[in-house]
Amino acid sequence: MITAGLDLGTQSVKAVVIENGKVVSRSKAFSGFDPEKAAEKALDKALKDANLSMSDVGHITATGSGMDMATNSNSTVSMMGADAKAGIHLFPNARTIIDVGAEEARAVKCDENGIMMDFVVNERCAAGAGAFIEAMARALEVELEDMGPLSLKAERASSINASCVIFGESDVVSLIHKQESKPEIARAIFEAMADRVSSMVHRLGVNPDVVLVGGVARDIGFVTSLKRKLGVDILIPEYPEYVGAFGAALVAAKRLKKVQEK
Amino acid sequence: MSEIPKKEDVEYWRWEEYHRVFSEKKWKDKDIITAGVDVGSVGSKAVIMLDDEVYSWGVMRTGSNSPDSAKKALNWAMEGTGLRVEDIKYIVGTGYGRVNVPMANKAITEIACHAKGANYIWGSTVRTVLDVGGQDIKAIHCDETGRVTSFLMNDKCAAGTGRGMEVFADLLKIPIEKIGEVSLEVEEEPPPVSCTCVAFAKTEAMGLLRKGWSKEKVLAAYTHAMAIRMGNLIKRVGLEKEFVITGGQSKNIGIVSRIEKTLGVKCLPMPDWRENGLDPMIAGAIGAALFAKALYTKQNKS
Repeated sequence: MITAGLDLGTQSVKAVVIENGKVVSRSKAFSGFDPEKAAEKALDKALKDANLSMSDVGHITATGSGMDMATNSNSTVSMMGADAKAGIHLFPNARTIIDVGAEEARAVKCDENGIMMDFVVNERCAAGAGAFIEAMARALEVELEDMGPLSLKAERASSINASCVIFGESDVVSLIHKQESKPEIARAIFEAMADRVSSMVHRLGVNPDVVLVGGVARDIGFVTSLKRKLGVDILIPEYPEYVGAFGAALVAAKRLKKVQEK
Repeated sequence: MSEIPKKEDVEYWRWEEYHRVFSEKKWKDKDIITAGVDVGSVGSKAVIMLDDEVYSWGVMRTGSNSPDSAKKALNWAMEGTGLRVEDIKYIVGTGYGRVNVPMANKAITEIACHAKGANYIWGSTVRTVLDVGGQDIKAIHCDETGRVTSFLMNDKCAAGTGRGMEVFADLLKIPIEKIGEVSLEVEEEPPPVSCTCVAFAKTEAMGLLRKGWSKEKVLAAYTHAMAIRMGNLIKRVGLEKEFVITGGQSKNIGIVSRIEKTLGVKCLPMPDWRENGLDPMIAGAIGAALFAKALYTKQNKS
């Protein structure tokens, strides 16, 4: 049984093709101004990589903020639902799943069956999502992927009072003027963002195991700060940015099975 | 004051610093000379008052060092007057950097100073003051003496603040002083941008521009959204007439007219500030100078 999941995020669309619960291929395309096309592109590539064609796929489920634009899908599932499903599949003891994407952050509390019990979302403010790190990296004139490793060089963090991307930019500029070191500023940026995400998670309660997914989970600087703020160990899957799409593919498999049983 | 050089030649966000002196007034004849220094996150304002009248003032951009900005603003207010700091009987510091005003005799919160200043500028009928600063917005209630009775503040988010406006001026390449008028150059008011977060609104605005929206229309949609946000803050604190707006945005006609529309209430008219010195931009500094006079008088009585 082959199914696919599509995660239409604000920055990129992720496609995952699975066969009997195992990932056979994954692919990504930039959302740009045409998420519908990006969804097609991502899925086509994933299928091609797996030497499959559209007719092999039994069911496609879409998730992500642009899920309604995936005209090539059979059904949709909420981002929280997809995160919970995949999180528990990858880490059976997961009870808190945190998803930090480019423009959104979420935390889902789930039970041992991957059923969502509660969730919190930040979608209205860029300061708690990947966009924050991107903007600060620009202000600091550091490549985005260098931010994490750079921050780890700091013994301490600069003092930054950034609750907002716009104010954060001015804060970074004045710290540069004060000749604070870039690693210390970088660390302050991750601490500020981890503060926001952890206060969001605290509203749900920090129930171990805690799993972090989404593209920002690849950033060692953020992960280090978040661990410090939450005071627990954090589990991260190998392909954190594909977890939403994987969850959607798992949901697709469940739905297909139900149809077949009938 | 150091600034990071921008890659662009024109800095659309950069507003003009200004300074005025009523040289026909003579400070030497006056009993009590006081000053108010309002060091905001974006602008530093200093005013010198003779007894109860505005004599001179200066408005400039806050640098990375608050004490320096305070000194510079006060020096600018004194420029061309022959006054020395020693001639000023009492100085009150206010604003975000109020504890960093080295020559101040006392620091008072900007909330109190704005209410006091608004009461002075528009008179005792003022009950609600919206102060739109560089990095915060405050809705303040006051009584007929200008004493604060309640307030609400948002300093966590750039939406609606002067800084947010600067970001949009830069994005759309419209000089900051013009954004109010330009935002009104639309045939029909477009729906507000859906994102309140300035960072997201920027992305949304770029999308609208690519869709073929004019700059004016995009700016109108953004200004509309910000006015709704400011209006909501006022509604939460409770709108009571008369209503006024202080701070830099008081001069943004695009914001002012839209707030009036969302609230269904007119603000008291902008004073003829170039002529009489009742500049809403320096309401906080005026309030501080008035407190300075009261404190000085009290100190000399005892």
